[in-house]
Amino acid sequence: MAINWFKYSAPTTFYGLAGKLIPWFAISAAVLCIVGLYIGFVVAPADAQQGEFYRIIFIHVPSSILSMFLYLIMAAYAAMGLIFNTRLSSMMASAIAPTGALFAFISLWTGALWGKPMWGAWWVWDARLTSELILLFLYLGFISLHASIDDPRRADRAAALLAIVGSVNVPIIYFSVQWWNTLHQGSTIKFTGTSMHIAMQQAMFTMLVACWLYAITVTLMRVRSIILERERHTKWITELAEVKA
Amino acid sequence: MKKLSLFALLVLVVRRDLVLAMRRRADVLTTLIFFVMVVSLFPLGVGPEMDMLRKMAPGVLWVAALLASMLSLGRLFSADYLDGTLEQMLLAPQSLSVLVLGKMVSHWMVSGLPLVLMTPVLGLQFDMSMQAIAVLILGLLLGTPILSMVGAIGAALTLGLRGGGVLLSLLVLPLCIPVLIFGTGAVEAVTSGLSVSSHLSLMGALLVLALAFTPWVTAQALRISME
Amino acid sequence: MLEVSNLACSRGDHRLFSDLSFALHPGQIMQIQGANGSGKTSLLRTLCGFIIPDDGKISWCGENVRELDEAYFAQMMYLGHLNAIKDELSALENLRISAGLSGTELNEKDAIAALRRMGLRGRERLPTKVLSQGQRRRVALARLLVSDAKLWILDEPLAALDVGAVALIQELIAEHLARLGMVIFTTHQPLHVAGMEMRCLSLS
Repeated sequence: MAINWFKYSAPTTFYGLAGKLIPWFAISAAVLCIVGLYIGFVVAPADAQQGEFYRIIFIHVPSSILSMFLYLIMAAYAAMGLIFNTRLSSMMASAIAPTGALFAFISLWTGALWGKPMWGAWWVWDARLTSELILLFLYLGFISLHASIDDPRRADRAAALLAIVGSVNVPIIYFSVQWWNTLHQGSTIKFTGTSMHIAMQQAMFTMLVACWLYAITVTLMRVRSIILERERHTKWITELAEVKA
Repeated sequence: MKKLSLFALLVLVVRRDLVLAMRRRADVLTTLIFFVMVVSLFPLGVGPEMDMLRKMAPGVLWVAALLASMLSLGRLFSADYLDGTLEQMLLAPQSLSVLVLGKMVSHWMVSGLPLVLMTPVLGLQFDMSMQAIAVLILGLLLGTPILSMVGAIGAALTLGLRGGGVLLSLLVLPLCIPVLIFGTGAVEAVTSGLSVSSHLSLMGALLVLALAFTPWVTAQALRISME
Repeated sequence: MLEVSNLACSRGDHRLFSDLSFALHPGQIMQIQGANGSGKTSLLRTLCGFIIPDDGKISWCGENVRELDEAYFAQMMYLGHLNAIKDELSALENLRISAGLSGTELNEKDAIAALRRMGLRGRERLPTKVLSQGQRRRVALARLLVSDAKLWILDEPLAALDVGAVALIQELIAEHLARLGMVIFTTHQPLHVAGMEMRCLSLS
């Protein structure tokens, strides 16, 4: 029987490679997170206007950035899976989705925590917060569509199409929400006036890298379990040491 | 045998769906009644102060229109899917996108247009000015086709799934937010004496974009779902 | 002609068939045999392009059907388990609309003639919801009479049909083959076409 090696090799080799990479990403994510939080919470000075409250940005800003980038990366992987029919890309897309949704949620949560002392309300209909909320809806749509289709191939392809449509829509949504916000003269969260202290910049950057590394770590872990689940009937899985044990 | 042109095909699909809708009138009416009911419930929920109602009216009508169109979207492809007609459509030697466009057009005529026609009456319930009602209708005329077209993508993706209806709304509603914003924005602009042209032209641009891409995307989604 | 090489297909985790190769030439007929669940319908649906095969190639007149796409659809006619007829429409409307969907304009006279040949005289204008299962199947099969497709892909064409209708279908198939058409079908009932060698493909 002719075996299409191209199709089968990708997840096979990737499974081992991901397994080797995960510890490195995990350790560096943890170290950078500790360093970043130390600089952010201890070294960086209090803000002239916002006092200690501003420190939540060291979590809020990286998770907002991540949630947006991860959606685009997820859509790109999904599109690759749809167009080139590469299974690993579709697996990557579905592995990224929960992490992206988590970051969108953290971004909303920290935004609310920051909003209470600053604006006196847990939720303000700020353009960025609203867009973030819609982004969370888009993630949830992707995840629920994927989850409600039993056949994994159809699930991959349908969710991929949704992600592509979503990513085309994201700029339109973002623009319209911005517009809506300016029309209604809503409050916009801004860090006005003060230029950022050098330690603040360091903390922000370190936390951003730590979040990226965390996202990569959990995505790789998740994609490994997806590979195990999807390929459970193939020979190479049954020969894996961890499966035999 | 004579070959059909693409336009003739479009007309055929639209006519077929309209005939089917006329022979199943209950479905059309339920969407309309739902719309009227949701809109009429709002004053009961928030109180009868005319000032507040007038301010809320565009948003209420738009959100109700959005929900009503979600309600009818589930039927867009499901009947054809269950009786096998959709299989035959996928095998049509002409463009599947044109068939899909035909279904979108008839869906709008059956579930979007009646809502637009009902709007003046509901606008009066909310004491809207004639000018505001006119802009609201114009916005709905441009916007409800977009809802049918974007919704068709969701309907195609959720074809034959358990709990497809709720899932459909989850997928489609976030994508419809710009339509909601521009539609209500136009009415607010006219009531505060501003020009409505930017809102409506943006809505028009969205309509053109949707016309250009959604039939093809929906056709792809149908092929994925029928596998 | 239809050529299939090294076709492999699976549903979910289950591999239905692999390494399937055959060719169907003009004037030939082939029956797909196999127990329930052996992948007969999946094979036919793969030939229609609904299902993307895991592996292998389907070509029509030497070209891959995935590239031919709509040009291939113009040459084939598929009749599945589902009749693709609308309860609310009459037999006549159903036939004319389905001909329209497959790209040809069918006038009323031809449509009525086709329905009468299928034994539906006097029922042309009744809503199909009042027809019996067998009569609805006949409405669906009337499409074969009004199509100029070269390749017929028929999934259980004889289901719900009575003896007279079975004989009629056999006659239609014989005519189609005589016109150098091709037929590929599945059935659980015996189907004999006079003077034709029936090829069989067994899925296990």
